[in-house]
Amino acid sequence: MTTDLNKFDTLLVANRGEIACRVMRTARAMGLRTVAVYSDADANARHVREADEAVRLGPAAARDSYLKVEAVIEAAKRTGAGAIHPGYGFLSENGPFVDALEKAGITFVGPPASAIAAMGDKSAAKARMHDAGVPLVPGYHGDDQDDALLKAEADKIGYPVLLKASAGGGGKGMRVVESAAGFQAALDGCRRESQAAFGDQRMLIEKYLTQPRHVEVQVFCDSHGNGVYLFERDCSVQRRHQKVLEEAPAPGMSAELRREMGEAAVRAAREIGYVGAGTVEFLLDVDGSFFFMEMNTRLQVEHPVTEMITGQDLVEWQLRVAMGERLPLAQDELTITGHSFEARLYAEDPEQDFLPATGTLTRFALDLEGAGLDANKVRLDSGVESGDAVSMHYDPMLAKLIVHGGDRDQALATLNRALAALDVQGVVTNRAFLQRLATHPAFKGCELDTRFIEKHEATLFASREVTTEAYASAALIGLKQLSRECESDSPWDRHDGFRLNAPHTIRLALCATGHDLTRAQAPDAEDVVIVEGRRETAADPWQLVIGDETLTARIQHLEGDAVAVTLNGHRRRLQARLADNGVVVMADAAGETRLFWRRIDAIDHGQHEAESTLTAPMHGTVVALLVEPGQKVEKGMPLMVMEAMKMEHTMSAPADGHVESFHFAAGDTVGQGDVLLEFAPEE
Amino acid sequence: MSILQTQINPRSEGFQANEAAMRAEVMKLRELTAAIAQGGGEKARARHESRDKLFVRDRIDHLIDEGSPFLEFSALAAHEVYDSAVPAAGVVTGIGRVSGVECVIVANDATVKGGTYFPLTVKKHIRAQEIARKHRLPCIYLVDSGGAFLPRQDEVFPDRDHFGRIFYNQATLSAEGIPQIAVVMGSCTAGGAYVPAMADESIIVREQGTIFLGGPPLVKAATGESISAEDLGGADVHAKKSGVADHYAENDAHALQLCRASVSRLNWQKRGQLKMQEPKAPRLDPSELYGIVGTDLKKPYDVREVIARIVDDSDFDEFKRYYGDTLVTGFAHIHGYPVGIVANNGVLFSESAVKGAHFIELCAQRKIPLIFLQNITGFMVGSKYEHEGIAKHGAKLVTAVACARVPKFTVLIGGSFGAGNYGMCGRAYDPNLLFMWPNARISVMGGEQAAGVLAQVKREQIEREGAEWTKEEEEAFKAPTREQYEHQGHPYYASARLWDDGVIDPAQTRDVLGLSLAAAMNAEVEETKFGVFRM
Repeated sequence: MTTDLNKFDTLLVANRGEIACRVMRTARAMGLRTVAVYSDADANARHVREADEAVRLGPAAARDSYLKVEAVIEAAKRTGAGAIHPGYGFLSENGPFVDALEKAGITFVGPPASAIAAMGDKSAAKARMHDAGVPLVPGYHGDDQDDALLKAEADKIGYPVLLKASAGGGGKGMRVVESAAGFQAALDGCRRESQAAFGDQRMLIEKYLTQPRHVEVQVFCDSHGNGVYLFERDCSVQRRHQKVLEEAPAPGMSAELRREMGEAAVRAAREIGYVGAGTVEFLLDVDGSFFFMEMNTRLQVEHPVTEMITGQDLVEWQLRVAMGERLPLAQDELTITGHSFEARLYAEDPEQDFLPATGTLTRFALDLEGAGLDANKVRLDSGVESGDAVSMHYDPMLAKLIVHGGDRDQALATLNRALAALDVQGVVTNRAFLQRLATHPAFKGCELDTRFIEKHEATLFASREVTTEAYASAALIGLKQLSRECESDSPWDRHDGFRLNAPHTIRLALCATGHDLTRAQAPDAEDVVIVEGRRETAADPWQLVIGDETLTARIQHLEGDAVAVTLNGHRRRLQARLADNGVVVMADAAGETRLFWRRIDAIDHGQHEAESTLTAPMHGTVVALLVEPGQKVEKGMPLMVMEAMKMEHTMSAPADGHVESFHFAAGDTVGQGDVLLEFAPEE
Repeated sequence: MSILQTQINPRSEGFQANEAAMRAEVMKLRELTAAIAQGGGEKARARHESRDKLFVRDRIDHLIDEGSPFLEFSALAAHEVYDSAVPAAGVVTGIGRVSGVECVIVANDATVKGGTYFPLTVKKHIRAQEIARKHRLPCIYLVDSGGAFLPRQDEVFPDRDHFGRIFYNQATLSAEGIPQIAVVMGSCTAGGAYVPAMADESIIVREQGTIFLGGPPLVKAATGESISAEDLGGADVHAKKSGVADHYAENDAHALQLCRASVSRLNWQKRGQLKMQEPKAPRLDPSELYGIVGTDLKKPYDVREVIARIVDDSDFDEFKRYYGDTLVTGFAHIHGYPVGIVANNGVLFSESAVKGAHFIELCAQRKIPLIFLQNITGFMVGSKYEHEGIAKHGAKLVTAVACARVPKFTVLIGGSFGAGNYGMCGRAYDPNLLFMWPNARISVMGGEQAAGVLAQVKREQIEREGAEWTKEEEEAFKAPTREQYEHQGHPYYASARLWDDGVIDPAQTRDVLGLSLAAAMNAEVEETKFGVFRM
């Protein structure tokens, strides 16, 4: 039942990264020609490589490329694209863009502009939902943005409250305020971020629930008045209000609650005349009451978990609805099969407050075979491949790992195996952190809430105790990898410790500290563990001496990254690799151990200068200087704010003292490692 | 592809007996090597350690790349030569890979007579430099030496190949673009001071390394100035004032780190170009060499059984298989490197000598490295052979061996007697490296033959005088000669005097040759110009 009016044979994807690749995959399968768009930073990105055609939009900055409405429309015209899929982010919820497309006669794969507008303004949306009888969290959504008034409203709601940019999304311009004292600083920060990200400073305030779960419902509507829900997803595990782990269905949902929430979500969509894929987000309290948070008028990052449990391709649904077709299935034809998880792989350093990371991915691979995984149960939606650069210009999400299992436990076990098998090198990522999350007893036990990470900080960030066995394994793995990686056939590259008329001899230094790859700091001598090994001939096992322990050790290379290490007769199968800077990464389904494989001589012998400088953690821009040189400051007091990767970073006083001088002024661009200011600690 | 097939039966009695005898020799060698690796004994080691200094072999382990091989030369140097033990002649030399570059390492062992230079220490040091020159390998000197061993100054100081040659070599090696790096980890007194001073780049360890032409006692005697070693020529003096040292190290480990950094900055490129194949282990087990070869030189075996256990995939393309078959020649690969192999399979006849010369010409023309497997009693003697001109045919082989400019490696796998040693690239023919198996013997002729020749001369003399010489008397006459030859022909005797570069375990031969070939590829393979072949 299609209307010819909306038929198109060429689809332009106005996005980048994994979502562009993912949309194009379905489009190709449906027989559509695919067009990518790109900024200068992405000229050779994976989504460009995979598209049939690609058109340059402009310079790297998103506002000059992916957010440039005219350029995107021009690209569609040049390539004869009849429709544009916006992905998520960028122009996906931009009303004027949708209007412009309509004028240009190009189909927008998404809801009508009116629906976007209705949900885009969070305050207005809440008011409307309130009128439609959808439950809301107490809060202030008014237009009056006077500082004092906002403060008074916050006081009235009672702390903690959540400050949020009205125009916002994706965690930007959003802060929790724990007490009245911190309100003004948080308000200023939020406004700055909101202004930078959305060009709008308006804020709303909400009651901050202390143990809420984030449960969202996938809805779908066609232009023929049909609407269904494809069940819910639990996205409670978040950091800085960015989702990290998502799953479907949400654990502990009764059929009744599922139907209740599903129907409320469809009601919300209908209320605003919705068409296409949408997500209605709710906060689910412990008592089973739920509150409308917002509706995302686009395809969500975490849509694959819904695809996994329903067996549907949501992008295909989107394209069919955009072509004017009816929804492929009715509500009673939709069922849930099994359980699915999605883990988001970010280029960021969890150990440094999730600071975004950049660099070149020297390796990006998922060795399913080595991990003994079923390719039908594991899906990697990725926008990158080995060799790709990760720039500071865009969202640091690299890929999504999605798994399916018969039930939650099975799916979780598969997720852990797959995370162990994922090999990402060259750029710091949250991969190991994801594994710690996914193996955490509380997560396994479904103790979900949106502050999961904060709550379990102590256990999530605790460094794993490194055992003698781990050192032994890392030593052998390091040698094995070295000899495998050597391109030359020279026997000097064999790394087997050959000695004439004597046992093979190896001597290695390993170090468990100094996780920061980007800085390659030298460890202190005390942190270094020496592994000495001997074996009579190549056929014999190694005798490894570590401290006062001796281990009989063998290593066997299995397929892919998998190795088997046998220590004193105990054989273990590990995913092992030697990353840049000589880091041996050993992972199994129980977690991961990282050891720096150091040359003993890489130990820093130089005299250390006292820490009297503050350096830029990454490339970015100075936003504000907060104190005067010479002004007395206390330890921890903010001195300077810089912005990088669309996030603010505050440089705080390392001790009581004063700033001697600033090396940059507001607006200056700084490079990673630049000394920002000279600090004189108090004697 | 011509894969060698084996004819041996590892369950046979002969094989078992051979295997046991050779294994015993190898064990003896490994035990001796381990004892020598302990250096100058407990007391000296304790003293060394108390100064926070690393032992010489630990220094080398720190210096070379993780888990990479170390091909040590002449560990048996000076073994049972001097009145008291001088293990390894007090200096460890070898090839090790540093920051990805194969380097010759010369490291003094201060636990052995304070690292002083005995005559054989000098010879070993100079031999290492020769190896560096021949293979074009950067030199790293880990200096910790009190200089010349004064009681033997006449054997150490004055001659061409004595102490001065070390510095001559440093200058001329540097002139050839072969880097010279010195790490001063202990004393560098008198002549020794020139090792860092002559180096391209030098590193000195704080409160350990000292460099001076005259030490504090000499200064006191000469000028009356009273000064500590550190103030006279320590790291602070040389890194900050004199400029004799370029880098300042906090300790041994730091110094070796700086040395690795220096090597990484050499911009080093190998120049040798060979058409490589993917390395493959031999199909036949190298450890079976023990049972094939044994220790009795009189028991013959087919040398192809040895070749099959050394070359890649046991694949050997034989050249002139059915001509002059007491010399086996052919092409193979070792660790992926193409080689021409010349191996004895009996006494040399005219045909075998000419065949060898022809084959060497082929390898020189094609720039393929040569491997000589020596097991030779000599050239055939007798009127038939003299008359057909075996001398000029042998001369052709010797000319070819002497002139060939491709890398040459010689392994004495059995007897090495007389002119056979020359024709098969003995030490005098300048092979890049020469190794001996523990069962090998080297002398101008076999002990039995020498005793026989001497007894024959003696008998003629006695009988000329009309006297009688009983069998018993003749036996008594022959015994000391036999004993002398056996003693002096032993590999330990040879290796102690640096007639070779080391005694090796037969099972490690393939790896030793592979490492050697890879190291040799740092140098360009030269064009050969042969001399006049007598036709």
